[in-house]
Amino acid sequence: MSRPFILRNPSILIFLACLAAFTLAVTLMSEAFGADMISTSFVKTLGKTLCLCLVALAMDLVWGYCGILSLGHFAFFGLGGYMIGMWLMYARTEIIVASSMANAAIPPTDQEVVNAIGTQIFGVVGSSEFPPIWYFASSLPAQLLLVVLVPGLLALVFGWLAFRSRVTGVYLSILTQAMTLALSLYLFQNESGLRGNNGLSGLQNLPGVSASQAVVSIWFLWASALALGVGYVLCAWVVSGKFGSVIRGIRDDEARVRFLGYSVEGYKLFIFTFTAIIAAIAGALYYPQAGIINPGEVAPIASIYLAVWVAIGGRGRLYGAVIGAAVVSLVSTWFTGGQVPSINLGFYRIDWVDWWLVLLGLSFVLVTLFAPKGIGGLFDLVSGRFAPDRHGADYGPDKGSLMEEEGR
Amino acid sequence: MHIRLIPALLLSLVLGLPVLAQDADAPIQQLLQEQSELIVQSSRRTIEPAIAAIRDSDLPEAQRVLEQWVARDMWVRKSDGIFVYATKAGSGSLTISDFATGEPVGEAPSADFDQIKPNSGIQALISSALVKFQLNSEDRATRIGALDALSRNGNASHLPVLRESIDTEKDVAIKLRKQRIERLLTIAYGETPADRIEAMEAVRGDLGVDVRAALNPILATTRRAAATLPADMNIARELKPGRDLTEAEAYDLLVSASLAPARLTDDVQRQTLQDNIADGMVGGVPVADLNTMAERNRAYENLVTAGLAQPAATSEEVAEALDTHAFFETYAEPDAEVTEAAADTLASIELKLATNQFLDLSLDALSLASIYFLAAIGLAITFGVMGVINMAHGEFIMMGAYTGYVVQQVVPNYTLSIILAIPLAFAVTFAAGVAMERLVIRWLYSRPLETLLATFGISIALQQLAKNIFGTQARPLTSPAWLDGQWQINDIVGISNIRIAIFVLALIFLGFFIFLMKKTRLGLETRAVTQNPKMAASMGINPDRVNMLTFGLGSGIAGIAGVAIGLYAKVTSELGADYIVQSFMTVVVGGVGNIWGTLLGATMIGFLQKGIEWFNPSNTLAAQTYMIIFIIIFIQFRPRGIIALRGRAAGD
Repeated sequence: MSRPFILRNPSILIFLACLAAFTLAVTLMSEAFGADMISTSFVKTLGKTLCLCLVALAMDLVWGYCGILSLGHFAFFGLGGYMIGMWLMYARTEIIVASSMANAAIPPTDQEVVNAIGTQIFGVVGSSEFPPIWYFASSLPAQLLLVVLVPGLLALVFGWLAFRSRVTGVYLSILTQAMTLALSLYLFQNESGLRGNNGLSGLQNLPGVSASQAVVSIWFLWASALALGVGYVLCAWVVSGKFGSVIRGIRDDEARVRFLGYSVEGYKLFIFTFTAIIAAIAGALYYPQAGIINPGEVAPIASIYLAVWVAIGGRGRLYGAVIGAAVVSLVSTWFTGGQVPSINLGFYRIDWVDWWLVLLGLSFVLVTLFAPKGIGGLFDLVSGRFAPDRHGADYGPDKGSLMEEEGR
Repeated sequence: MHIRLIPALLLSLVLGLPVLAQDADAPIQQLLQEQSELIVQSSRRTIEPAIAAIRDSDLPEAQRVLEQWVARDMWVRKSDGIFVYATKAGSGSLTISDFATGEPVGEAPSADFDQIKPNSGIQALISSALVKFQLNSEDRATRIGALDALSRNGNASHLPVLRESIDTEKDVAIKLRKQRIERLLTIAYGETPADRIEAMEAVRGDLGVDVRAALNPILATTRRAAATLPADMNIARELKPGRDLTEAEAYDLLVSASLAPARLTDDVQRQTLQDNIADGMVGGVPVADLNTMAERNRAYENLVTAGLAQPAATSEEVAEALDTHAFFETYAEPDAEVTEAAADTLASIELKLATNQFLDLSLDALSLASIYFLAAIGLAITFGVMGVINMAHGEFIMMGAYTGYVVQQVVPNYTLSIILAIPLAFAVTFAAGVAMERLVIRWLYSRPLETLLATFGISIALQQLAKNIFGTQARPLTSPAWLDGQWQINDIVGISNIRIAIFVLALIFLGFFIFLMKKTRLGLETRAVTQNPKMAASMGINPDRVNMLTFGLGSGIAGIAGVAIGLYAKVTSELGADYIVQSFMTVVVGGVGNIWGTLLGATMIGFLQKGIEWFNPSNTLAAQTYMIIFIIIFIQFRPRGIIALRGRAAGD
């Protein structure tokens, strides 16, 4: 077992090769660096999809490997977006304000510039003062640090509280959902200092960068692909080896792992915080491409969709999560974009913009019922991996263990 | 013009009507003639004696005169100055009536008359003179209308007539009301301080909003500044800069009282500097350097020494000015005894008010708790008893509400439609619940997390389906008339009937649930299957059937809750989603698998939310946020809820 970690997991190399090929192909077909075959907005969609794949990866790690069905990871994703959004908005407004004040007879003092930025940003919520949480907004390194620190600390504190009191299973899911709801309700208030339901906007313009959106979108695609590649390797490294075995053990039977002497809470807390940080980084890359972030993005439903992607893609295998997020979000974009032809039944016309969610919901039920392994399960057919036939017996001795039908 | 007049003249001649044969000797006409000059002059400054004369004349026609006058229907004949009232009968023609008899006496060309046009000031005077007649009117509704007007905008002039009318009032209710309004008007406009204080004594402990509205203006204060405390003002309290008001506010008071020079604001300073730019320099400082406050101050001081700018008050001067002047609040009411009595009376009201507000808040909280309880009771069955997470529970609530809406489209009678809707909603959601249990949930009993996700899939599908069928706009579910209105205990404490109905419904469900679980065969079997399905099966219970029925029952109750919630909120496809998280909270906080726990959980969450709202009434979002945070912390200390099952029944 002394072979290098990469060689033990050939899927990593295959994944990285696919990702590189995809990025290269998009670059070559893009408006900025290639043949101008795909539009800038589609490049942005692809870049955003890569970010969603990254957050799905985090979700798979925490749910598929560690068994914590967190319905709060999109909150961390949104928080990451807010943190980077604060700097983008501040810096861009600063440039606009500076250029408009340059013509004044008397050069403005620093305080006057800050006041003018405040009026620009917070005028929409009837204020002009900078709330304390914007203290670091003028500094990119500080905000980048906050992208990691704020969601990380929130996950650490929340996870510590929750795991310490042994909240598990569906209770934990509901609790994380409550956390997400609380956060989004908080952000909806104008008093939160993040512009209430207006959210932060104009994030697609990088301050001080004169390159066109076509070029910027490709940069972000590269950054997203890089983050996804690094995130994938990191996650694969975490779940391989002894550590990975312990967290899979926690998923399958928490009590037994505890009796074996492992600090279950510590492991869970690490995975929860680690994945929260990955989600935050994905969010920080996603929202500059989306251009706008508002509290609706953090609503509990978004986190449930995240779980849907991972379930459809296939839990417990990292490439499954990536496939699920990419397939569902792209298909969803395709359907809701109104590009799918309607079906005319004679008495009723099925318009997919209206019926897509019904289809998604039902297909989700079907996947849960009939294909618990998700799309990723198809790869088992190719590689010919099958679970051993136990003639209908459970894998383990009691209620919590998997039934044979499920393991197949 | 003449051509038009001819037919009218001809008409009157032909018909031989006594067109203008008013009784010039009638007492009312005599009175009007006495005041003729003032009336015709129609000036706000001089009109009062004329109005008073008519009002106090004791003539039965006086009211008619005032009414016609205020309505701008009084006219005066040009030829002999006789007053009549008239309505326009057509172009250039008037239907003339006599004040003395109130009878129409014929038509006449309007050119022969001048209209008396009282301006709004005079109209107000006449209206207030009319109050006397309205207060003594035979018609009960007129008297009540006059009292309504008085309680809105009574003034000192109404007091004597109101007092007079009290003694002759026969109707006890109206008499009480007259006395109350008389007291309130006395508080505000009484002749002597003693009268006013006496009236205040009479309203001690009265919770009416009008009482507070009468007392508060007396206690209204203004902040002032002066060199020393003036002796001739009714001073509420002395203010100390830095303690009662900020130093900046205090100094602003001094500036507005012209006791001190204005401080230099940044804007003024910049403007002054800008005005004095010469050759790229201001006061010897290059313009480009003026981007710090230190440089700007230096430039400004240079300007002051050069005599180009006003010297600004320095910090020392400000501090000295604040030290040497007195700051205080004065009452608008000059009499100290009156303000003291008013403050005293108000304090007596405050305590009672606080108690009643607390009572009102508790009622609100109770009603919110019963809504949460209603929303959660179905979940308490499916989640609490069966351990099945049903994320589509909210959509069952929505289905119940839409069932109610559809029934109302078919049955127009609101009472009947609600009575029909309740069993129908139960039937629809029961069927949906059973179908869902058969098709989806029973395959997933060993995988609770996946139940959560599968039911979530159903939830989004149902929500979108509802949107496709009913559209995105809110649909009304109208409550019957007897559920409108509210039960008002006093001016503070009140609760709408619909909330009472929801509360009663919650109680009925609680009773029903306990009866079902403890006294029926199904309840027994459900509890048996919950505790140990295999053992229950070996006792002859069919666990599949029991699970199906239990799940259907929980869903059916959600449907009925949907009708109730739909009456109280608008029916949209997101109706259920709004309640789902709170419902889960209620069950989890209360303790899974125990109906009393759910009740306690709902009560706690309802009271908590209202309590937090009371601290910050403008912001319900914040209240919800803090409530959820509180619940997250609460679960730290009681992870299994308020009432936790112990022993084997607790399961894992």
